[in-house]
Amino acid sequence: MTTINESRPAQGLRADDRRDEQVHESTKPLGGIAGWVDDRVGAAKGVSFLLKKVFPDHWSFMLGEIAMYSMIVCLLTGAFLTFWFVPSQTLVPYDGSYIPLQGVMVSDAYRSTLDISFDIRGGLLIRQIHHWGALIFIVAVFAHMARVFFTGAFRKPREINWVFGTILSMLACIEGFAGYSLPDDLLSGTGIRAMNGFVQSIPVVGSYVSYFIFGGAFPGEAIVPRLYSVHILLIPAILIGLFTAHILLVFVHKHTQYPGPGRTNTNVVGYPLMPVYIAKAGGFFFMVFGVITLISALFTINPIWAYGPYDPSPVTAGSQPDWYMGFADGALRLLPGWFEFVSWGDFTWSMNIFPGSILLLPIMWGVIGAYPFVESWVTGDKREHHLLDRPRNAPTRTAIGVAGITMYCVLFFAAGNDLIAIKLHLSINDITMALRTLFFIGPPIAFWITKRICLSLQRADREKVLHGRETGTIWRYPDGRFEEIHAPLTPNERWPLVQHEVPEPLQIIAEKDENGVDSPIARKERLRAKLSHFYFVDRVAPVTPAELEAAHHAHDEPHAALPAGEHEALESTGAGAERESIKADKRLD
Amino acid sequence: MNALAARRRHPAAIAVLLLLGLLVTGGAYSFFAPKDANAAPTVSADAVQDGKNLFLANCASCHGVNAEGTKSGPTLVGVGAASVDFQVSTGRMPLAGPNVQAPVNKVKFDETEIAALAAYVASLGAGPGIPEEKWTTVIQPGTPENNKAIATGGEIFRVNCAMCHNFAGAGGALTRGKYAPALDEATPRQIYEAMVTGPQSMPVFNDRNISPEGKQQVISYLAAQRDQTNVGGFSLGNLGPVSEGLFAWVFGLGILIAGAVWLGKKAA
Repeated sequence: MTTINESRPAQGLRADDRRDEQVHESTKPLGGIAGWVDDRVGAAKGVSFLLKKVFPDHWSFMLGEIAMYSMIVCLLTGAFLTFWFVPSQTLVPYDGSYIPLQGVMVSDAYRSTLDISFDIRGGLLIRQIHHWGALIFIVAVFAHMARVFFTGAFRKPREINWVFGTILSMLACIEGFAGYSLPDDLLSGTGIRAMNGFVQSIPVVGSYVSYFIFGGAFPGEAIVPRLYSVHILLIPAILIGLFTAHILLVFVHKHTQYPGPGRTNTNVVGYPLMPVYIAKAGGFFFMVFGVITLISALFTINPIWAYGPYDPSPVTAGSQPDWYMGFADGALRLLPGWFEFVSWGDFTWSMNIFPGSILLLPIMWGVIGAYPFVESWVTGDKREHHLLDRPRNAPTRTAIGVAGITMYCVLFFAAGNDLIAIKLHLSINDITMALRTLFFIGPPIAFWITKRICLSLQRADREKVLHGRETGTIWRYPDGRFEEIHAPLTPNERWPLVQHEVPEPLQIIAEKDENGVDSPIARKERLRAKLSHFYFVDRVAPVTPAELEAAHHAHDEPHAALPAGEHEALESTGAGAERESIKADKRLD
Repeated sequence: MNALAARRRHPAAIAVLLLLGLLVTGGAYSFFAPKDANAAPTVSADAVQDGKNLFLANCASCHGVNAEGTKSGPTLVGVGAASVDFQVSTGRMPLAGPNVQAPVNKVKFDETEIAALAAYVASLGAGPGIPEEKWTTVIQPGTPENNKAIATGGEIFRVNCAMCHNFAGAGGALTRGKYAPALDEATPRQIYEAMVTGPQSMPVFNDRNISPEGKQQVISYLAAQRDQTNVGGFSLGNLGPVSEGLFAWVFGLGILIAGAVWLGKKAA
């Protein structure tokens, strides 16, 4: 028996009711399983939109991909490691197969990490993939960040994504720190000991915060389980969430592209995700995974068995954090001891530790995160930018970036001052003094040099546009002179060299109105004009069509048949005419 | 008794008593004190004479003709045979020129000559002697008690040595260009001698700090660690995260960027 009454008289009237739906269903582009899924999920439209997304091709756009893939590698290998790792500081005797530690009382965390390394099949390889993957993840994050910075990809509308990226890079470092602290070996324990000292150096509340973090006095038995939760749960969740938002915003904004013929602020020239980038990106994932695995199979990382178990009394020479925490360790090594002072009776201010360890992190990432907003305020540029800058065309920004990297590198190398001393047979005291000096004078020098290089590269671009490319062919003239032949640029070659704009410094607006009343924003505007002057006072304007025309004209006048941009005789027009005729004759041979 | 009692107020009594007290205390001390300064080993007078000749020819310019020390070199009276054996058999002495620290160098003397030099210096005053063979024999892993001894050696090493010599004995920096050298080239005897004599910046670990058994365990731990196959692959110098970070930046990123460039060049 059926629930539908076949013989209802009004049935005929409704015969057409479902026709639209039926027609729609029959014309659906998807059949088979895809259609079945789409009927239930409705994702076809969105997926086809995503798959048609066009991406431009350039190797530097793949730095972020390296970061993404190595993060996935870490997630996969990390899941494996959680099967065996025991986040506990309970003391147990070690009875695994590493002879030099047999019978020693170690924490369960250390024992289980040794077991992963020696007694679980494939464990050491996975552990090394996880650790090398983490190092390369953060390396790639920083390289990606540098690429975005130097090409100006953080400009409107991508400021929020830049901030997301800044937070991601900081979280990646903290995630790494939490991770390498887990095995409870001598080196990582020393790191936690140092962290305890950093926390205690916070004025007023330091010791309370330390007790809070460690669940009592250092080392206690709480820190490894707590860091474990942070490392496998809390930070990965935030990382993945923010990372998804980061990627979604890339889709929303569309990818930036380098300037070139046919590439404008309103288009993206490249290939669609499906099938080109699906294949390329998929292949690149396996390439990244493969390279990390190869490195992990060949090179030891973090040999915790050699470090031995953690015990608060010993420490090893050459105790350094993983590279991404190196800058903070270096800052600590550079800070002079006499920064610590006592006031108000017996209240200690550990300014020899606090600025380098606790303050430095928020300051550094705060400055990085704020940069796009500062630059757009200074330049007054509120337009959208989808075309990237060539770094030389934004000399001040590039110079600021290099100065910042220089400062970072000074701190970074200071973390290895002892190894530099022993490997180069130098005095560690001298190295420390030199790096202290370099911390202050290095960035200005780097700024100046970089800016000069950028400006001269821009001038070289101008020369190239006006007078053509040097061919390396030297001509000798009957009178004995030599001259190099310059070949003209094609319009496609010329475009990237002339497309950019070079802003002029903002002018100070009238400080007083016609009645002599101070403008309420005058002070702010004065600062802005000063900064704008700093940014744009040295400018090399790109060649304009008129200039190009003039240069060609000067070349072409004596012999119209000569191709444009053949030589560089713009400034010596008198002698140029004669020379030109000789050259033209040669060409005819 | 009576005679003694009668003379107890004799003017010399106090002096005699004092002398007696000093003799008893000194005698008892010499009896109970640990023997950390071995007397000169019994060697032939010829060896001592040979050693003296070698000393005058090679060492006296800095250490003085009677090893009494000069502005350029310390006195060697009382440093003992172990010190001479360590310094000369590692090539640290004779020193090529004044420096913050004597570096390991080519060994200039053969074994007999080193022994003669050691015998001569030991004859000048008592000091730590060349260690007995049984303490410089490496304990081989295998049996549980041997493994335990090696592990104990590891603990002693981490507590006392790793802060300067690094966890793997790869060496480390000290102040003003001085350094703790790498231990991979040192022989068990040299390691033992370094511990008892404390060359250069190194502190002395005498038999009360670390017993001879403990020293043997440290030596065995270092040997066991050296003999371990590098299970993780190439060790990158055992220098910890600095070399790892450098490697990740240079090779990790380098190879991956090369891959990205290659992939970018691939036709779509």
